[in-house]
Amino acid sequence: MTVTKGDHGDRPQRAPGPSAAVPASPGTPRGVPGSRPWPYLALLIPPTGIPAVRKHVAARRAARSGDNFTARALAAEATTWSWYSAALAFTLLLAAFAVLFLTANDHAVIDKFFNPGVLRSSAPEILRGFLVNVELFLIAEVLVLPWALFVACLRMLPGPASRPIRALAIGYVDLFRGLPAVVAIYLIAFGFPIAGLPVLGSMTGFELCVLALVLIYGAYVSEVFRAGLQSVHWSQAAAARSLGLSYVQTLRHVIAPQAIRRMIPPLLNDFIGLQKDTALVSFVGLLDAFNESRIVASNEFNLSAVTGVGIAFVLITIPTARLVDRLTARDARRQGSRA
Amino acid sequence: MTALLALDGVGKRFGSNEVLRSVTLELGEHQVMSLIGPSGCGKSTLLRCINALEPIDTGVIHIGGERVSGPGVDLNRLRREVGIVFQSYNLFPHMTVLDNVTLAPRRVLAWSRAEAEARAEQLLRRIGLWEKAREYPERLSGGQQQRVAIARALAMGPRLLLLDEITSALDPELVGEVLGIVRELAAEGMTMVLATHEMTFARDVSDIVCFLASGTICESGPPDVVLSNPQQERTRAFLHRILQAQRI
Repeated sequence: MTVTKGDHGDRPQRAPGPSAAVPASPGTPRGVPGSRPWPYLALLIPPTGIPAVRKHVAARRAARSGDNFTARALAAEATTWSWYSAALAFTLLLAAFAVLFLTANDHAVIDKFFNPGVLRSSAPEILRGFLVNVELFLIAEVLVLPWALFVACLRMLPGPASRPIRALAIGYVDLFRGLPAVVAIYLIAFGFPIAGLPVLGSMTGFELCVLALVLIYGAYVSEVFRAGLQSVHWSQAAAARSLGLSYVQTLRHVIAPQAIRRMIPPLLNDFIGLQKDTALVSFVGLLDAFNESRIVASNEFNLSAVTGVGIAFVLITIPTARLVDRLTARDARRQGSRA
Repeated sequence: MTALLALDGVGKRFGSNEVLRSVTLELGEHQVMSLIGPSGCGKSTLLRCINALEPIDTGVIHIGGERVSGPGVDLNRLRREVGIVFQSYNLFPHMTVLDNVTLAPRRVLAWSRAEAEARAEQLLRRIGLWEKAREYPERLSGGQQQRVAIARALAMGPRLLLLDEITSALDPELVGEVLGIVRELAAEGMTMVLATHEMTFARDVSDIVCFLASGTICESGPPDVVLSNPQQERTRAFLHRILQAQRI
């Protein structure tokens, strides 16, 4: 990060803390900004410091007049305002540094990362590529669910007779959770056609990438399913079995309905991971958004198109992330009300 | 008359911990047996072994003259005939009271919804909770939940009902409503085995009282004998402790 130098002595940096909450001093230099952003730092001094000081003064006055109750209340308010001012000052400071970073070296950062011209001209290719990503993760998400459920069920089969099947399921999960996603995609999407496998070899690159993503995330999601099913207290299973319900009936009518609610937040988390990992298919030559943006980047010597891809990924993840937050909060409330 | 329930030399161990050793007992139809004894003496484990929630290590269990322990026994069929009510109710929290009671008849006995609900209505009216049929268990008090759990077990029409310290998790003022139902069931001739700490209730309701200590039956017989005039020193010591606790 290159920053214009030499201005540190102009004005003392304000340390975060109650002392940062002094009123905006009129003595702050208000020179012509020009290309130097330092004077903008004056904006950092939060005006919320004024009530903090006022409350403090009022509290002192009340204490002197012997009204301890009012004094305590005012002092408490003063403390709250002071901390708020400090927090605000700290936040604004970081924001100012972000602005500094973007405008550094004569706006070079903005130009290289957020060039409007490049963003606009590359938008059609990026969006077309992004459709590939969307298609990839939608298809993969739909296929992952039954596959992972199947694996989880295999791993939870009861009895000594199912031991080899359980071992197989454990082996699969261990393998694909440990294997870096990019390696798995590389091996499957390049390896299968080279090896000339009967059906797998003639699949398109897109299909092989879906297969790789399903295999990778099937391992994660099957663990989510298993953890969810096992989180239901064993006494529920005991009650169901004691009524004569079979293992499968118990799973279906008693365990699964209670488990699904708890599985949704971690499941959505894995889906966010899956959405992001669709960008990895660019390494096997699929023309997804990331690949398109890399082509633009090398042609224009400008990364704005890649930034655009980043923004697109973040934007589609945010709704899912908020949904996870809300579901988690709802579950916490429900747990609390039950306890 | 052959005994409805017969245990012969039943043993059970968890690792190196021998929880039951050579338990032998018989219970005729329409009889009620109370299992008493200090905590950890194996009362609950014994009940759980009878309906095969825990497999036994040694001995045999017969129900209605049929051997129900050992490999190859149809456990689901056994459990249809033996109902159990747990200390912590274990109602299904995601189902209404009505669904809790109708689940097993519908899924296991393949009754229609109407049949199962008619039976459930009859049972819920009897325990005085028909108006709560559409509520979820967490909206009910502990005593109400335990009554529903009894109704749920009865819905399968079991020949034998096992009650595992069903009042131990209840507030004292709710104990009566649950025991009242058990008393009614006993009067109607329901065969029951109950693990309990309520000595007065055990004396009133049971035909046989078994005192269990460290996994084996120390003394058994009619309640008047075992509870009022125990022959074994350990039984006397236990009953003495209970009496002292009640005085405090």
